[in-house]
Amino acid sequence: MINLLLFPIILPFLFAIILLFFKENIKVQRSLTCIGLLISLVAALFLVAKVKADGVQAITLGSWPAPFGISMVSDMLSALLVTTTILITLFVVLYSFTAIGEERERYFYYPAILFMITGINGAFTTGDIFNMFVFFEVLLIASYLLIVLGGEKKQLRESIKYILVNVISSALFVITVAYLYSVVGTLNMADISVKIAEIGQPGIITVIAVLFLIVFGVKGSLFPLYFWLPGSYAAPPIPVLALFGALLTKVGIYAIIRTYTLFFVHDIGFTHGLLSALALLTIVAGCIGALAYFDVKHIIIYNIVIAVGVILFGAAQMNEAGLTGAVFYLVHDMLIKGALFLLIGIIVYVTGTSNLRKMGGLMKTHAPLGWMYLIAAFGLAGIPPLSGFVGKLLIVKGAFEGGNVFGSIIILASSLVVLLSVIRIFIYAFWGDPTTVELPTTNRRTYRKMMMPAVALVILSVLYGVGSEWLIPYMTDATDVLLQPSIYIDAVLKE
Amino acid sequence: MEFLMAIVIGILFMAAVYLILSRSILKIILGTGLLSHGAHLLLLTMGGLGGTSPPVLAEGVTDYADPLPQALILTAIVISFGVTAFILVLAYRSYAEHKTDNMNLMKGNDEHD
Repeated sequence: MINLLLFPIILPFLFAIILLFFKENIKVQRSLTCIGLLISLVAALFLVAKVKADGVQAITLGSWPAPFGISMVSDMLSALLVTTTILITLFVVLYSFTAIGEERERYFYYPAILFMITGINGAFTTGDIFNMFVFFEVLLIASYLLIVLGGEKKQLRESIKYILVNVISSALFVITVAYLYSVVGTLNMADISVKIAEIGQPGIITVIAVLFLIVFGVKGSLFPLYFWLPGSYAAPPIPVLALFGALLTKVGIYAIIRTYTLFFVHDIGFTHGLLSALALLTIVAGCIGALAYFDVKHIIIYNIVIAVGVILFGAAQMNEAGLTGAVFYLVHDMLIKGALFLLIGIIVYVTGTSNLRKMGGLMKTHAPLGWMYLIAAFGLAGIPPLSGFVGKLLIVKGAFEGGNVFGSIIILASSLVVLLSVIRIFIYAFWGDPTTVELPTTNRRTYRKMMMPAVALVILSVLYGVGSEWLIPYMTDATDVLLQPSIYIDAVLKE
Repeated sequence: MEFLMAIVIGILFMAAVYLILSRSILKIILGTGLLSHGAHLLLLTMGGLGGTSPPVLAEGVTDYADPLPQALILTAIVISFGVTAFILVLAYRSYAEHKTDNMNLMKGNDEHD
């Protein structure tokens, strides 16, 4: 079973290739995508169980000895993220059956999703810094297709900006890897960690750390590099937006967490201080954006930015509570953002607009949608016992332990702003007099079909919150590897 | 030799930044092309330009070229080639749809499209 950790990467890839041959047959496309994702999900769950039982799993491709071949490493953090990724994709695909439209389905929508999952899972699993660049490109190129698919005016306009930003940050990624290679002479992440520990992180390594922060900050939308995100994410249709919002920025966050816990741990005062300062600024900027807009999509998109700040602030504390909170909040945020975007999509479908000012009175006509949205909104803001609470509690605890009182206060205050921003959608869209707003005629059956995956995701996020006690052992396993790089290094280099 | 390469790479980056800051899409795309060229050369230079023998395991060879940067560049070139091809097509489609290649005219937001 040593190849197990490759399955969540290879299976979506295989199914994507098969799907390319059935361009016109939508039924085959849909069913094969579901089957592929289900099998990958089973493989990912097995992987989580295996990592829980036997510790970090590592394999070096082509059976080269470890620092020379490309290593793939699956610790608890990456196994959990891989599982969550596949799970969310499965629900978004089910939602797409009704929401995306046949035209897009015919033009390689499902293969693009599967290729993107290949890239995302690969980036989560790889143990080689250049291989991470390659997987980033795989997921980015698939996302270029998804963002422009449909060819609406607005999509074309925004996707050019999206691609340019990512091309430039990819070039910077190559440059940074080149600098790192010139200093440590290796690309294997475990080996890099050993070499940096040997030379004790001189100034040049700190410069490289900041360069990595810029590269991954662009992908993960860190302040001041998040400027491209709101415009680009608002352009594609809702299912694509849900995938992007739930998954893409998280890859950047994962990469920052991985490099900042494995490589750059010898000058925490500077690198992690910078990271936490930027994270706090990200939260503030996100809060301003979330309150400024009257467009439901934009409000939730700015909530992505806030979550990025919260997670990275937790990670920057570099103590057990902070990191556990960051991991917990990372998975929570993937689930809840997926759920929220799907619900927003239904609201937009039902009302025919994404402008809050033109909505109202949905509670009378679509009560279940209202209640589901309210639960998801409370979960996002972190009201106990829903899933956002545990993560935020641990992050704030970690920050207090690290003596970062000011930051904790900003995190707590941001929860209120998050609550306000999502409740504003609830008040405008669901309360009010239904007679003043004329709803477009919509198909009740379509509405119910769209509700199912969204409700399932909301229930899943509630279970994630309520069952957090049961999940904590997994989170501590993930945190242990982050806090003690030696576990990771031993798993890769001693085989 | 490394010194000369550093200057060449610097000039490439300079030209790339200048082109990326212009308004025309085509110039911006050329700029990203130059940028990735610069990055690839940097990758090659950072591995060290020394080494006279090919990196094949043989008796008594100590002065061999580093094979890794070459493999990396090959990968990076293929990727940037693909992305450039894609973005050129996209720019053309966007030009056909918007009737402009001026980035200043492509701002727009939801309320006034």
